[in-house]
Amino acid sequence: MKKAYKIDVDCANCANKMEDAAKKTTGVKDAIVNFMTLKMHVEFEDGQDPKTVMQQVRQNCKKVESDCEIFL
Amino acid sequence: MNQKQKKMLLRIFIAAAILILLHFLPITGAVRFVCYMVPYLVVGYDILIKAAKGIKNHQVFDECFLMSIATIGAIALALYEQSGDYTEAIAVMLFYQIGEWFQSYAVGKSRRNISELMDIRPDHANIEQDGALVQVDPDEVEIGSIIVVQPGEKIPIDGMIVEGTTTLNTSALTGESLPQDVGIGDEALSGCINLTGLIKIKTTKEFGESTVSKILDLVENASSRKSRSEDFITKFARIYTPAVCYAALALAVLPPLVQLLMGVPAQWDNWTYRALTFLVISCPCALVISIPLSFFAGIGGASHEGILIKGSNYLETLSKAKILVFDKTGTLTQGIFEVVDIHHNALENETLLEYAALAESASSHPISKSIQKAYGKTLDRTRVSDIQEQSGKGVVARVDGHTVAAGNDKLMASLGIQAIACHTAGTIIHLAIDGAYAGHIVIADVIKPHAKEAIAALKQAGVKETVMLTGDRKAVADAVAKDLGIDHVYSELLPADKVKKVEELLEKKSPKEKLVFVGDGINDAPVLRRSDIGIAMGAMGSDAAIEAADVVLMDDDPAKIALAIRISRKCLSIVYQNTVFAIAVKFICLVLGALGLTNMWVAIFADVGVMVLAVLNAIRALLIR
Repeated sequence: MKKAYKIDVDCANCANKMEDAAKKTTGVKDAIVNFMTLKMHVEFEDGQDPKTVMQQVRQNCKKVESDCEIFL
Repeated sequence: MNQKQKKMLLRIFIAAAILILLHFLPITGAVRFVCYMVPYLVVGYDILIKAAKGIKNHQVFDECFLMSIATIGAIALALYEQSGDYTEAIAVMLFYQIGEWFQSYAVGKSRRNISELMDIRPDHANIEQDGALVQVDPDEVEIGSIIVVQPGEKIPIDGMIVEGTTTLNTSALTGESLPQDVGIGDEALSGCINLTGLIKIKTTKEFGESTVSKILDLVENASSRKSRSEDFITKFARIYTPAVCYAALALAVLPPLVQLLMGVPAQWDNWTYRALTFLVISCPCALVISIPLSFFAGIGGASHEGILIKGSNYLETLSKAKILVFDKTGTLTQGIFEVVDIHHNALENETLLEYAALAESASSHPISKSIQKAYGKTLDRTRVSDIQEQSGKGVVARVDGHTVAAGNDKLMASLGIQAIACHTAGTIIHLAIDGAYAGHIVIADVIKPHAKEAIAALKQAGVKETVMLTGDRKAVADAVAKDLGIDHVYSELLPADKVKKVEELLEKKSPKEKLVFVGDGINDAPVLRRSDIGIAMGAMGSDAAIEAADVVLMDDDPAKIALAIRISRKCLSIVYQNTVFAIAVKFICLVLGALGLTNMWVAIFADVGVMVLAVLNAIRALLIR
């Protein structure tokens, strides 16, 4: 399953870091962060609940970039 | 400017004002230190906090960390040397923040510019309920509902007009400014603006599947497919930042130790200063922002011209296009058959056409249609009787009491009439009236108005070879190719042969040269997929083509192909300029910094100045015409 989320982040390098953090989260098959459109596209692994996974993704992203926000 | 940016700008101004004021105040010692800390904290407190958070979360090597270490280091050095020169440290922080502010402003502005270019998202659909119009979310409209579109409104969902006639402005979809007249039974694509009359549309798709949603989706997701340049920069930044940090550390520690061992004074302060300069220069932001921004701007600029590029990677590949392969019908020619000539006729041209049109009046074949169209007047069907269609040959009918035979060579042969062969390329319809040969009508597919200029423009844009593939007869294909100035023609191909031909061409070329296939998308999907870049033109409404192609031209003007290539080339050259410029300036400054030939001010230019220039250069990609 794929979903897109609006995000807020200040710099392009930080967006790259968020992408890395999201990719490493369990339950996430692939993630792409588009800095220009401020969107995060997440592909979930089968049988994962997007809501709980996204909470974790948000936490992990906050760890690498304290200023970022994912609108769930 | 958003709230965040306004606040930042205010902080920058306050800090700068205090700094200038302090410059003229004759204070010394601890008071001086405390006074100077005010502007430093005003402008940089968030950076310090972020750096601290980064360390806590084991994310050490980020820009905030670099800036914090560099500025705190410079202040500590000033304290140690008792020079009281804190200005440098504060200026570094100040300029870093100015750079960040500018970057955020520029990115925000181009983001808005581009979304304005693509401002075609409809906000509501009108549905008639109990005689009153109700505005609903387009997402909630089901297939088969009747929606009402008033003059001046955007059509929200694809459908068919069931009531009313109007003129549509399709420019958001096609870039074509000429309005289109439509009436009952015509297709109405979402994204068009209804200009004159009220129409009712029966929807044939859901909002999410409608043209307008597809286009928006495509453009918004385009920059998510990253190009090789972007990947390179991401990887580069990942290695570069820690590498520079360790280099700075080495620079601060190793030379003094060596000097100590050699029995010379260590000069700790001198080397620390050089290391700090190093850190300021090292910020990778100029690179990391300017490259995606260039691609985004290029894609945005292109979409404004009706060229949808599905990803930065395709923009990159497109810029290396050397071999252009065209489908003929619908791409270079209009795919509409027209009567182009009448030869050897015994009667007036007008009369001959009239007879032919009447004889063919019962047929809906494109050829018959084109004859009827060329005749131009309404047909009185009562004048025709005994119509016999002979499949694959033509038609024989009685018109005004005469026996009229209209068809190809085979028909003439079967009737025992000597036909005069024609040397013109095209489909030939021979006519015989009462058993006597009466001449023939030449029908041909018409070349698009700008096709010839388009091919010339492609050559000018650096395309080495142009190839045309067609299922059409050799004579026709050769004539079209010669007319347009196309290098190679392969005719009488079946759709499967086209794939094979493209594969052959792909094998022959060197891997650096990219092959582009341009088709009208109707049955070209396999070829579009197989080529390096597939361009589908005039493809609005054809989902298969939008799906299979990498670049979609919203209208069917072949001149847009050259424009797309030009945009991609310029965009890529901006990307290279930025990459080379930023890396070169940084390395030169790093070397100079290590040798102690620069100071913090040069370092600030290497960081912020380079970034500002790179961002301004990137925005140029939006303006390519």
